[in-house]
Order: sequence, then structure tokens, then C-alpha cells
Amino acid sequence: MTGTLTFEPDDPINAFLTTCRKAEYNNGPLSGIPVAVKDNISTKGIETTCASKILKGYVPPYDAHVVSLLRAAGAAVAGKTNMDEFGMGTTTENSAFGPTLNPRDTGRVPGGSSGGSAAAVASGMVKMALGTDTGGSIRCPAAFCGIVGLKPTYGRVSRYGLIAYANSLEQIGPMAQSVTDITKLFSVIAGHDPRDSTSCDRPFSHAPSADIKGLKIGIPDEYFGKGVDPAVAGIVRKAIAKLEELGATTVPCTLPSMQYALAAYYVTCTSEASSNLARFDGVRYGPAADAKKSWHDAYRDVRRQGFGPEVRRRIMLGTFALSSGYYGKYYAKAQVARANVRADFLRVLSDVDVIAGPTMPTIAFKLGEKSDPLSMYLSDILTVPANLAGIPAISVPCGISEGMPVGLQIMGRHFEDERVIDVAYAYEQAVKA
Amino acid sequence: MVTEKDVEHIADLADIGIEEGGLAPFTQQFNAILGYFDILDQVPAGDIPAHAEVNVMREDTVAPSLSHDDVVRNAPASENGFIKAPRVMQ
Repeated sequence: MTGTLTFEPDDPINAFLTTCRKAEYNNGPLSGIPVAVKDNISTKGIETTCASKILKGYVPPYDAHVVSLLRAAGAAVAGKTNMDEFGMGTTTENSAFGPTLNPRDTGRVPGGSSGGSAAAVASGMVKMALGTDTGGSIRCPAAFCGIVGLKPTYGRVSRYGLIAYANSLEQIGPMAQSVTDITKLFSVIAGHDPRDSTSCDRPFSHAPSADIKGLKIGIPDEYFGKGVDPAVAGIVRKAIAKLEELGATTVPCTLPSMQYALAAYYVTCTSEASSNLARFDGVRYGPAADAKKSWHDAYRDVRRQGFGPEVRRRIMLGTFALSSGYYGKYYAKAQVARANVRADFLRVLSDVDVIAGPTMPTIAFKLGEKSDPLSMYLSDILTVPANLAGIPAISVPCGISEGMPVGLQIMGRHFEDERVIDVAYAYEQAVKA
Repeated sequence: MVTEKDVEHIADLADIGIEEGGLAPFTQQFNAILGYFDILDQVPAGDIPAHAEVNVMREDTVAPSLSHDDVVRNAPASENGFIKAPRVMQ
């Protein structure tokens, strides 16, 4: 079956930056299914802005590997979704084109940075979407909007054509209303691509199984401690009790390196961002640099006007962390801390099959609530460890607090995405029944 | 603690500039965040290598690439198929 899909949704929540009114599709496992794509993933012939003024009008001359795979699988690329500028944020309020609103409560944020993708799926505009997750950017909006989101093991999905923010941390992953749809989309995008040197030859072809008898689940103290809303923690504990009813056993565990995981994450991602975002200079794309001015002056003017405040803040933090005299105190220390986080997860996961806890410490924030940058950073504490360690992590809806969805997060061993998917599926099927 | 002068220097290094009136609040937020980063001082000095990543090398191979027109199309200023850039020398 091939054809053209008419995609003209009402979008009062600003989930899309671009919609493809006539989306072509082909034969394949996703034939005719509209899939939304986050706006930091390159789409040939479709404007791709990373929700930044500095890329307004940029039309990529090539498809990201995942987009080629989507098209080959028959999917209709329905549009490009709103996000925090370059993926830098936890609310989608840092978009140069206005925030996305949470479809459950339009006075609240959808989470970020893949907030447009999550809101598009949660409101039913599309069945599936691609997001990207550098420090929680798939799982956070999935939790806040009440959908499922998977951050795959690092290396499982090609990053070719993903406009880079923090290469060593980020992965493209699927977002959908059900675990089954997550597996359909993931089976299309996972696999080796020689154009991404960190890509591994680990395709995905797993049908989810709800049988988790004998599964051993680690429950880290740190995921239920200070800063975690007791109502959210209670709902997640109930969800874990449900997994026990299904035949899983739980054991307490600790991840002591969690205390410096967030600092290690922010030093690492801002350092990588300061290097990656140096390419936006108004020469090859973006608003024109004044060719009559000197190189530095022309650069500075374009970048000051083109980047939003959070992006400039992170570029400057990273520049500082890498600068002479501070490299040892910040960047080098962060890499040791990152190795410790990874070692903590490997140690715990040598004893248990998966680790479970809340995805986010709270329900979705009210619009404007996180105006102080540090307080926004702190809300990423439960999602960044999986990115530092490179392990797979999924968020699945597990209840409602104050009318807003809560996400259960399942983390697993490297390349055991199948197992975290199965646990999420077992939970989803049990509460559905 | 970084001073407003330090922040101006970093902005200069990053070719990013600071908008008028933005220096004081930016410096304050910068210090709050750096204060939080101080927890990294407590990371135990272990024998974990700080550079655990390895480069993946390969031979260069010829493969299809983008057309000249496609590459130049997004450039805001071009002339005779070349991209125009600001002057490097005064």
C-alpha cells in the first residue's frame, strides 16, 4: 500500500513546528502510519530548526539514518515537533517558537526536551514519535504526558543526522501510547550504521513478553530520597508491588555515586555542547553573518542574536569547564564521576536484572515554575544516571497524582533493552486487565 | 566565584557576547551553578581512567556525497558557487 496521507491536525498545544500536510508513504511494517519526528533530527526537504532562531529556514539536504529507515518501513513523516532549543531543557519552554502545552492540563509543561513529540502522541495527533534523550529528554516528557518512552542503550540507534548537542550521552528513541507500539518503532530504527562510529550491530526484533516470573528488581534508596515528591514515590512503590504480584522479587540497593551524577552530567553535556555548537556561525546556514565585519565580531553578533538564553548559558558553562586552569577541576573530575556512576550500575546490575524507580521526582511543573536554571537542572536527577552509564531505560505510565500522570522508570543492563521493554509491558498489561 | 569580568572573558572565548543588562544576572546564575558543581571536589580520586573512550579509526573510502548545489543552498551568502564568510584578516 502506497499513498499520500493528509495530516492537518488542530494543534492548540503547539506540539508541531512543521506539519507535512501531504505526507507520502510506502509499503512496509509502518505503512501509512503517521510518525512525528523531533525537530533536531534531519529530514530531507523539511525545515529542521532544533527550535532555534539560528536554524530558522534551514532545510537539510539529507535524511538522518533513522528517517531513512522510517521511510523505508513505509511510515509517513507527519511533521517536526517542538522541543527545548537544541534539546537544552526539561520543559519545552526553551523553544524559540513558544512552549508546547501539556495536553492533560494546558497550564502545565509537557516536560522536555522532547515535549512536542510527547504531547503529539498523548493528544492522539500521532500514534508514534521519535524523540532524543541526552539526560532524560524522552523519559521526562513521556512521564509528564502519560505515554511510554524508551532511551535505548547507547549505540543501538544511529545518531547520523541528529544535530549534535552532547554526543557521548544522547540517543534517538521511540515514544508511543503503548509498549507494543514502542517495539514496532524501535525495531525499525535500531541497528548498525557505518556513518555513526559509535553505532553497534544490535538490531531489535523482540515481541514483548509479559512473563516476568523470577525477575529480580533492584530498588535504589536514592530514587526515593530527598527531593522526590512523596506522592510520586508512593505511586511508584505501588507499581513495583504490582510487579511483585506478577512474580518478580525486589531487593534494596544503593548507588552512592548518584550524589555527584547531576554535576557530572551538566559539566559533560555543557562541555560537549560548547564544542558542537561552535558550527553555528551564520556562514553555512542560519542568519547571515556580516561579511564586512571581522570574523569574531560577525560570529558574536550572529550567535548572541540567534541563540536563546539557556543555550548561551550552557555554551558558556562548557567553555568555562574546558578552559585552561579549570579543566582539571570540572571536566576531568566529571569524567571520573561518570565512570563511578557506570561502575555503580554495573555492580548493582550484576546482582539484579533491572532497576526500578520514578522517572521524575515530581509531576509536570506549571508553566513558568522553573524559571531559575539550577532548579530546573535538579529535576533531572533521576534520569541523567542512565545516560552517564549508557544503559537502556524506559518510562511507562503508572498512576495519577493531582490529576497528572506519573512515570515508572525501568533501567537495565547494556543491550538488554528487550528486558526493560518486557517489564514495562508486563506492568502495562497487568493494569490494563 | 567568577566575576563579571570573568564572564565577559568566557563570552569572548565562546564568540557569543552578552546582551545589554544581562551581565549581572548571568554572573549570579553562573555562580549558583558552579557552586553546585563543587560537589565534584568530593569525587574520590580513583584509578578509573578519565579518558575511557577510544577512537574508532578506519581507512578513507570514496562514497556518494551531497551535490555542490545542495551544500551551498542553505548558506545565507554565496558567490559563483562559493560560500561567503567574514574576513579573517583586518
